[in-house]
Amino acid sequence: MANDPISQFNIKEFIPLEIGATNISFTNSSLFMVATVVLTSGFFIWATSSRGMVPSRAQSFAETVYEFVAGMLRDAAGADGMRFFPLVFSLFLFILVANMLGMFPYFFTVTSHIIVTVMLALLVFFTVIIYGFYKNGLGFLKVFVPSGVPVFVLPLVVLIEIISFFSRPISHSVRLFANMLAGHITLKVFAGFIVSMGSVGAVGVVGAVLPFIMTVGITALEFLVSFLQAYVFTLLTCMYLNDALHAGDH
Amino acid sequence: MAGISPENKDGSERALDQRLDDMNKRLGRDIHAKPEPEPSKTKNEGFGNAFKLSSEFISAILVGTAIGYGIDWLVGTTPFAMIGFLLLGFVAGVMNVLRASGEMAGSYELSSSKPDSNLGKDD
Repeated sequence: MANDPISQFNIKEFIPLEIGATNISFTNSSLFMVATVVLTSGFFIWATSSRGMVPSRAQSFAETVYEFVAGMLRDAAGADGMRFFPLVFSLFLFILVANMLGMFPYFFTVTSHIIVTVMLALLVFFTVIIYGFYKNGLGFLKVFVPSGVPVFVLPLVVLIEIISFFSRPISHSVRLFANMLAGHITLKVFAGFIVSMGSVGAVGVVGAVLPFIMTVGITALEFLVSFLQAYVFTLLTCMYLNDALHAGDH
Repeated sequence: MAGISPENKDGSERALDQRLDDMNKRLGRDIHAKPEPEPSKTKNEGFGNAFKLSSEFISAILVGTAIGYGIDWLVGTTPFAMIGFLLLGFVAGVMNVLRASGEMAGSYELSSSKPDSNLGKDD
């Protein structure tokens, strides 16, 4: 593998495919997306297949994950937010498992590409818009009109709220992407220090202990970030869905 | 449970409270003690906050500029709409940051939705 910290994000085409002028090759990114989906659904189908009244260890774990996401959604969007549970649960598990798979050495991190995270964020964004208009009709536009604002500054405030609303998918996706990208680059750079210091000589080998300790620490931190980013992405999704469900209430 | 309204309790109940407290003490847990303060996670917090707030701020400016540019392109008033919407984008960015950090009403405070969710603070 190449030594520079960026090459780990290269897309490699495994099965070149083209339809018309569009490249739809099966790449390492696709491979890890498939792996994420297969791993996740495989585990949950296997874990819940026995449906025991007294859950097995795996079933208990699956139920804990379910309760965790369901609680998050219920708290943020209320009981009628549960109609979006399949979407929110899939998003959480996809991001979490993709992040965790990316922590294996030599594995590809799907969420370190902005195109993936933008598509996930736009999926949420359009769900909010379409369901918001479907449920509330034009009342959904109240999202842009905060209550208690004097009439003469209202047009300005509405413009600002609209810009704020449209900036959501950007910050939503950039946060996940940037954290994963930066984390993996940091990890690779510090790990690279060990090798380059170790090749200097005896003093270098002793000195290389320092970046080695750092690498171990950063690896632990990256596991935390992997979980937190999946959690934050899901939590923001719940809050945006809350807007679609309760647009007229505030 | 115990200790909610100590005034209107008769003697036997008070004795029961006393015994419960004793037992709790012997088991090594003090129910009247304050919960231990959360271990601070300052190491990661600054880094996470920097990402969170800067992405909120920058994305609003980008969207404002893009809307202004689009209006210019449609109406042909280059560059005035872009300048105006760039400034509005700054305002929206500041508002996003205030919301994300929980300083403003209607904030998306990440920590308020679940008791154990103070993890979300240092994303």
